[in-house]
Amino acid sequence: MNRIDATFARLRAEGRTALIPYITTGDPSLDGTLEVMRALVASGADAIELGVPFSDPMADGPVIQRASERALAKHVGLKDVLAVVRRFRERDRNTPVVLMGYANPVESMGVRDFADRAKDAGVDGALVVDYPPEEAADFAATLHERDLATIFLLAPTTPPSRIARVAALARGFVYYVSLRGVTGAAHLDTGDVARRLSEIRRHVKLPVGVGFGIRDAASARAVAAHADAVIIGARIIQEIENGPPDGAAERAGAWLATIRRALDAMPAKRAA
Amino acid sequence: MQMNDLPDARGHFGPYGGVFVAETLIGALDELRSQYDEARRDPAFRAEFERELKHYVGRPSPVYHAERWSRELGGAQIWLKREDLNHTGAHKVNNCIGQALLARRLGKPRVIAETGAGMHGVAAATVAARYGLECVVYMGSEDVRRQVQNVYRMKLLGATVVPVESGSKTLKDALNEAMRDWVTNVDTTFYIIGTVAGPHPYPMMVRDFQSVIGRECLVQMPEAAGRQPDVVIACVGGGSNAMGIFHPYVSHEQVELVGVEAAGEGIGTGRHAASLTAGRPGVLHGNRTYLLQDENGQIVETHSVSAGLDYPGVGPEHAWLKDSGRASYVTITDAEALAAFHACCRIEGIIPALESSHALAYAAKIATAMPKDRILLVNLSGRGDKDMATVAERSGLDFAAPAAATRS
Repeated sequence: MNRIDATFARLRAEGRTALIPYITTGDPSLDGTLEVMRALVASGADAIELGVPFSDPMADGPVIQRASERALAKHVGLKDVLAVVRRFRERDRNTPVVLMGYANPVESMGVRDFADRAKDAGVDGALVVDYPPEEAADFAATLHERDLATIFLLAPTTPPSRIARVAALARGFVYYVSLRGVTGAAHLDTGDVARRLSEIRRHVKLPVGVGFGIRDAASARAVAAHADAVIIGARIIQEIENGPPDGAAERAGAWLATIRRALDAMPAKRAA
Repeated sequence: MQMNDLPDARGHFGPYGGVFVAETLIGALDELRSQYDEARRDPAFRAEFERELKHYVGRPSPVYHAERWSRELGGAQIWLKREDLNHTGAHKVNNCIGQALLARRLGKPRVIAETGAGMHGVAAATVAARYGLECVVYMGSEDVRRQVQNVYRMKLLGATVVPVESGSKTLKDALNEAMRDWVTNVDTTFYIIGTVAGPHPYPMMVRDFQSVIGRECLVQMPEAAGRQPDVVIACVGGGSNAMGIFHPYVSHEQVELVGVEAAGEGIGTGRHAASLTAGRPGVLHGNRTYLLQDENGQIVETHSVSAGLDYPGVGPEHAWLKDSGRASYVTITDAEALAAFHACCRIEGIIPALESSHALAYAAKIATAMPKDRILLVNLSGRGDKDMATVAERSGLDFAAPAAATRS
């Protein structure tokens, strides 16, 4: 069993919700990213989404765009991201790492080459934002051959017929985008999230993570009541960018710990 | 398969095109595709489009024999398709009218657009005013600074111009920002993309609206020149004016199609915008196509004297025409384009856009060595009024000095 499935199985048995932070690799630096990853795990992250910087992050709001630009200013590319994962794995054999990014850096490396190198580095899955399932059949097959998960997005505008099609290619978990807009936007309707998740669960047997727009303990708890995983990106990057780079890991870890405590204070979920 | 049956149902031109967007935009694109499928078969929609092109844009635009220039070059005959005479001064308005009519059909009260030099922004703002739609135009802050006149034109027309500060602060970043607006406001907003790029159905739809250019030429050239041209030449940035004149000629196999990319300061310098000539396939802005990118797959900054060609990608149908060999793609430098610009001004009394000057430069380059009975048809895609400041700066013209002093 791969690390993503094992982690969700364990959390399900414990009646807990997964907490998955997103950070952009190379922000504030490659060494800094490694420190932030370790700090986030120490503060209760169940898995880490590691962003691959891209020059044209169309689906991201200003906060993650800035993180991407800071990383690109240091010329951080996909091969550097894989090197960070390899270093992370030297000390952490259990925490799943999912890469999140855009298609072009992957295609530039070559899909097969990417899959081999990701597997070898200790990556567990990948979410390519601009690969909808219609364009991702080869990509998914290539990753699945290596037991790498393919995570796909579902949106408030995704009709039921499509949910099933997405689910057919998805492995690990699916990622429900909880609002209309880009990452880091600020108007989360948790009632709507609850309704949509019950629709999604009719078609998807995988765990469902929810992200985009979760920025504090209250919104995290509201989402955790319905989701298998709470995914937080822009808010953590704000902790990283608001202060000197050498304190980034400490700030990100301390902030995530407040969310972890809020989630752990919730009553345990009954396994369905 | 007939080349002009493309794209397939999911927007592919061979390996190019497609729908490479986040799930959050799939619903909007599905709606657009089905609405456009209906509209293109609806005689009332087509009739309204044609009526607007005739009475508002001033179509058909003439084909014009550049006799003096052809004589001076001493070879092939150069003919110009006069898209510069359209309302708003370029071919861009053809597409904006089509998409604004679709926006109205979909009941969307707000349109957004990206723009580089500002010509598509001006065309979008123009048709938004014409149909009473709210209009927001995204423009890289670097371009806002370089194209003050067009910013002012858009504001006069009632549009809001939003300077984009991210990335390289140019056209590609404006496109990213427009996509972000669209995904956030998708219920009320129609995104008017200005070129034959982006996710399906945009490359097909923009091509269809712009194909009026080539369809008119098919009728006009036999009437005016006695036959179809031997070569059709057009500049290629994103590629909408080229696709518009090429598409109806694709099935006329004896007609050679040549796209002219911007070589900027020279392909060898790296400061250019020639995606088909010097790029490699990748995924950007919703489609797979040739891109200018570095070894990590990051999109690189481009350069051209003409802002309208300053784009690191190109429409996917051009990528397909290149690979299939049906069209060929060449390059012209800033200096060559400027020389053609001046020649066209002085010899024909026509001030061409710097974008179109790339196509003119290539025509002039090959005409000399060709027999006099050969016909080159150049798409003069826009007029150069917007380029006065750039040309003055590049050519050392001083507008304040007496006219005679600047002639020599």
